[in-house]
Amino acid sequence: MRITVTVDGTQYTDDVEPRLLLVHYLRDRLGKVGTVVGCDTSNCGACTVLLDDRSVKSCSVLAVQADGHSVTTVEGLAENGNLHPVQEAFREKHALQCGFCTPGMIMATIDLLSENSDPSDEDVRHGLEGNLCRCTGYQNIVAAARDAAQRLRENPAATEEAAR
Amino acid sequence: MTSTVDPTTDEGVGESELGRARRRKEDEHLITGRTRWTDNIVLPGMLHAAILRSPVAHARITGLDVSEARGKPGVVAVYTGADLAEEQGSLPCAWPITEDMKTPNAPALAVDTVRFAGEAVAVVVARSPYEAHDALDSIDVDYEDLPVVLDLETAARDGDLVHPDLGTNVSATWVFDSAEAGSGGDVEDAIRDAEVIVERTFRQQRLIPAFMEPRSVVVDPTASQITMWSATQVPHVLKLMLAMTLGLPEHKLRVIAPDVGGGFGGKLQVTPEEVLTLLIARRLHKPVKYTETRSESMLAAHHGRDQVQKLTLAARRDGTVTGLKVELLADMGAYLRLVTPGVPILGAFMFNGIYKFGSYRFACTNVFTNKVPTDAYRGAGRPEATFAIERIMDELAVELSMDPLELREKNWIEHEEFPFDTVAGLTYDSGNYEAATAKARELFDYDELRREQAERRERNDPVQLGLGVSTFTEMCGLAPSRVLGSLSYGAGGWEHAAIRMLPTGKVEVVTGSSAHGQGHETAWSQIVADRLGIPFDDIEILHGDTQSSPRGLDTYGSRSLAVGGIAVVKAAEKVVAKARPIAAHLLECSEDDLDFEAGQFRVKGTAKSVGLTDVALAVFAAHDLPDGVEPNLDSEATYDPDNFSFPHGTHLCAIEVDTETGHARIRKYVCVDDVGHVVNPLIVEGQVHGGLAQGIAQALYEEAVHDESGTLLSSSFAEYLLPTAVDLPPFVTDRTDTPAPGNPLGVKGVGEAGTIASTPAVVNAVLDAVRPFGVTDVEMPCTPMRIWHALRDARGGTK
Ligand code: FES
Ligand code: FES
Repeated sequence: MRITVTVDGTQYTDDVEPRLLLVHYLRDRLGKVGTVVGCDTSNCGACTVLLDDRSVKSCSVLAVQADGHSVTTVEGLAENGNLHPVQEAFREKHALQCGFCTPGMIMATIDLLSENSDPSDEDVRHGLEGNLCRCTGYQNIVAAARDAAQRLRENPAATEEAAR
Repeated sequence: MTSTVDPTTDEGVGESELGRARRRKEDEHLITGRTRWTDNIVLPGMLHAAILRSPVAHARITGLDVSEARGKPGVVAVYTGADLAEEQGSLPCAWPITEDMKTPNAPALAVDTVRFAGEAVAVVVARSPYEAHDALDSIDVDYEDLPVVLDLETAARDGDLVHPDLGTNVSATWVFDSAEAGSGGDVEDAIRDAEVIVERTFRQQRLIPAFMEPRSVVVDPTASQITMWSATQVPHVLKLMLAMTLGLPEHKLRVIAPDVGGGFGGKLQVTPEEVLTLLIARRLHKPVKYTETRSESMLAAHHGRDQVQKLTLAARRDGTVTGLKVELLADMGAYLRLVTPGVPILGAFMFNGIYKFGSYRFACTNVFTNKVPTDAYRGAGRPEATFAIERIMDELAVELSMDPLELREKNWIEHEEFPFDTVAGLTYDSGNYEAATAKARELFDYDELRREQAERRERNDPVQLGLGVSTFTEMCGLAPSRVLGSLSYGAGGWEHAAIRMLPTGKVEVVTGSSAHGQGHETAWSQIVADRLGIPFDDIEILHGDTQSSPRGLDTYGSRSLAVGGIAVVKAAEKVVAKARPIAAHLLECSEDDLDFEAGQFRVKGTAKSVGLTDVALAVFAAHDLPDGVEPNLDSEATYDPDNFSFPHGTHLCAIEVDTETGHARIRKYVCVDDVGHVVNPLIVEGQVHGGLAQGIAQALYEEAVHDESGTLLSSSFAEYLLPTAVDLPPFVTDRTDTPAPGNPLGVKGVGEAGTIASTPAVVNAVLDAVRPFGVTDVEMPCTPMRIWHALRDARGGTK
């Protein structure tokens, strides 16, 4: 099947097998290897990307379902070397160790913050429940999400961008 | 140095790089997705392997037909165990703990018998991973079931056998007796003379390390050297073991661990998958990639823990402990992997915990079962030991109606008594249990919580409060080579570092300690910046590639900083020593007149100086050097520690248990860890958090469960419950700082502390909550179901 997808601002047209998962399309066909696969049961969230600005687990979406839509991956966040506020917050708060869950965590956090610009710790914990991290114990991820929320509130331009 | 880190500032203590909460160097690429996971690697002409795994736990393979699979679209080759039998050898076990240890042949690909569900039976190689996986379906295997050996106690009785050729399921029995070793008295005497005896049997459930990045390996055999990329913790060990066991020339092999997404001991291995990918790539003369699925990872990557611990604790009525006897059954699984037999032995030295009782006996029986092999998992042996002693100390406290903290204080080694020779034959380097405990107690508000607990008990509140104490020490910084030698481990415990002084003033640091999330690049840069006065950003850390860092023993057992970091310090000292005569020559003074500080050689009492980086440039030009001096400042060091280091701490957990539903919720978790001096408090705190998550998960959530036929029921994240952000509480962490006397940085190690200490703290808290109902034990994980059952049983089944 022929699909046309905009990924991180670039439009791609490709022939894909109907069963090809979006995450494999991104990784194996487009070389967007920043998005990773951590499980085969849609439980870990490592593969989370934004599909038309809403977070999805790209291992549970077929590439053909993305036809005509836009996808943002972790590789599409930093612009001209400027980190996205959520990326900045993750670095500041030491919200990653091995970093394998991180792209998914960052994308899920962006979606969470687009829904709730001032989440409590509890809100963040619930909002990120679908993303597993084996390294951090989540505490610094929660801190990073709240720090990012503050950055985004203080800098609405970045909010715009995050909602892009 | 002891306050909780404020990560919003780059400031640490004073001007020093050491102790400073530096943001990590490695984060930039990880948060932008410019990562180099093994599965990202694509090579020209690369093929993909998929593995057919046994669905049954024990069977003879009576038929294996791969002909149809060979004809499937995209399939290049299919291999069976018979195809590779000649060349695959046996997967290595590097730790023959006794001379008569039974070591079964452990093929990477099963030849005629499978011994655990998940064992590799055939390999398909195809042009794409989808095609490789498709073809697995058309492989026909006939299994003739054999009796399945699962339960440890039954297995130890040698009815049905996992390896009939060995004639027993017992791999080895290993004993430490303090009377024989001369480190203490005879425990049977202590038990005979005891005023109080507490006997308990604890079960360490099987855990799955569950690193987030599935294992992956790529082998490129097309150049003169074979290159293997692997998501491994141990590239150096892997290279050596592949060379030794497959008969490959060592110099023709290069192993690279690129970005590695977590390990926790689970990637401390020479895996069947690595061996198979290598053999296949070599046969096909093409690059081959194998990446496991999560379900395969759960089935086939090794598991951790899995012990039955029988303890007898002898004490006097006043609370003085006099002896401990430990009888252990440890599940090896179906084969012995790299350090499988040694894991319980690592625990043998820690069952005495922080206490100074006088007699100790430990006997461990290693047993085969039809399950995936066990091996190192975060803490390896020490969490099991710490759990046992901290749980039974609580039982003694209950028996004597003493406060658990008071009981510990009565028995622990006092600050002035260090260094302290323990009953288990170790010398604890330093410690201050009093300080850590006092601080934890205060942060926790122990007395107030005890008051609340009493009130809730008083009014029969359906939600009871339990307080759990865990004091611990661990031996980390594995390990003095002579100690490993005395324990029959196959290698040493040194670590290597090299420093390359580049002409432009930049520095490359080579470390044999290969990271997978610990932040080596940041911490090592801080150490070199401190020792050489070179700016943090001018330092690059090279690791995880046996070509660029040819010597090393990798990362496990919290050895990175306490061994690898010290090697970096030693290499830095050599750089300065080499630079000194050259600086003296350039400054036209005697070497004795030179001070070195903050990167500058300065002539004492004058303003004359030359920077180390200027010396590096002068050495590169080599126009004007003292006679006979080699134009080279590069230095290397191999550091072998004299002793382990012994971090310690006090962890306190408050848990609310709903006695009607059995649900347990952590209300407060406080820990004060003492890991000696700290290079980067941000990293240390992160390690503690992550460790706590894993230890708490053992207490409350995680367990590898098999059905009676040996099928792993918890074979995905849907059934094996890693804690999510919702399941874990916020942690209150703090530190005390008792430096390690044995190394120039005074550092100890932190990677395993949180995991070791937290499991007993949580379980002790659960029991403290339900004890008034007559509950004396709850097996791990303490799920609502288990707690509820325990309550029901204690109430006489009336509820
Ligand atoms: S890989 Fe998509 S949820 Fe795990
Ligand atoms: S940082 Fe390693 S899994 Fe989250």
